[in-house]
Amino acid sequence: MDSTSSSTVGMKEVKEEERPHVLVVDDSLIDRKIMEKLFTNSACKVTTAESGQKALELLGQGDNKHTNINNHQGPKINLVVTDYCMPGMTGYDLLKKVKESSDISEIPVIVVSSENVPTRIEKCLEEGAQEFILKPLKQSDVKKLRCHMQFTRALKGRLCLGR
Amino acid sequence: MDAVSQLQRQFVEYTTSLYREGYLDDQFTQLQKLQDESNPDFVVEVVTLFFEDSEKLLNNLTTALQQENIDYKQVDAHVHQFKGSSSSIGAQRVKNVCVVFRNYCDEKNLDGCVLCLQQAKNEYILIRNKLEALFNLEQQILQAGGSVPMMA
Repeated sequence: MDSTSSSTVGMKEVKEEERPHVLVVDDSLIDRKIMEKLFTNSACKVTTAESGQKALELLGQGDNKHTNINNHQGPKINLVVTDYCMPGMTGYDLLKKVKESSDISEIPVIVVSSENVPTRIEKCLEEGAQEFILKPLKQSDVKKLRCHMQFTRALKGRLCLGR
Repeated sequence: MDAVSQLQRQFVEYTTSLYREGYLDDQFTQLQKLQDESNPDFVVEVVTLFFEDSEKLLNNLTTALQQENIDYKQVDAHVHQFKGSSSSIGAQRVKNVCVVFRNYCDEKNLDGCVLCLQQAKNEYILIRNKLEALFNLEQQILQAGGSVPMMA
C-alpha cells in the first residue's frame, strides 16, 4: 500500500509520516538552527517558532486557524521544546497556556534554559513541564528525549493507563 | 610529508591549541559532530550567524552605554543574548566575559560595564580571526584533495 517507503536507501529509513514532529521555540536564530539539526539528526521532523505567540498559532491556539499545523488531517506535534527566557511570552507562559488548553494539554513540553535556577526549574515542573534541560543542548540530551515522543504516540488509541 | 598531510597536521595542531587556550570549549565539538553530508556547511553557517549577531549586539551595547541615562536592563538583555549565542557555539572566552559583564549590569557599575564591553570586543575579534583561519585551513585541505580530520 505504501509505495514511498520501500527498498532503496538506508537501513534506518523512517517513513515521512512516522517521524515524531517537534516544535522548537526560541527567540535566538542560532539556537533554533542548532536545535533543529539536533532533532533532525535524531530522525525527527522539526518546525521552529521564534516566539511563544507564534508557537501557539502553530498549535492552533491563535486567532489565525490557517497557521495551525496541529490539526487532525495534517502532521501532529509530538513534543514542544521551548526556551525559558524569551521577550514577551516566556517559555513558562507558553507552558502554562499549553497545559491549560482544552485540546493540546497532553503534548509534552520540555523547557530549556541557559540558567540553572532551582526555583525556576521547580516552577516549570510544577506547571507540567516534562523536563527542564540546561542549554546548550547536546546530541545525548536529544536522544534521551525521544522516549517522551514515542511514548505519547504509542499510547494514543491503545491502552488507557491513566496519568 | 605531502601537502595534504602537512595541512592536516597544521589543522589538528591549530584546533588543539584553540581548545587548550580556552578559546573554544566542548560545545564547538558538538557542533562539528552535527555536521554531515546532508548539511556539509553547517558549522560555517552557524558560526556566520554568530558573527552577524555579535556585531549587531556589540554595536547595540556601545550605543546603550553611551546614553545619558543608561538602561541597565536593556544592556543586560543584550549581554544575556551574547552570552547565549557565544555559549551555543562554544566561544568560551567571549561567554566568560559576558558572565562578568552581567554582574556589572546588576550592580549598575558603568566603569565595569565599559571595561567588559571592551574585553568582549577584543575576545570577539580574536575568536572571529581564529575561526576564519580554521575554516581557511579546512578549505585548503579540501582543495588539496584531502579530508578534514575529525577532532575527537
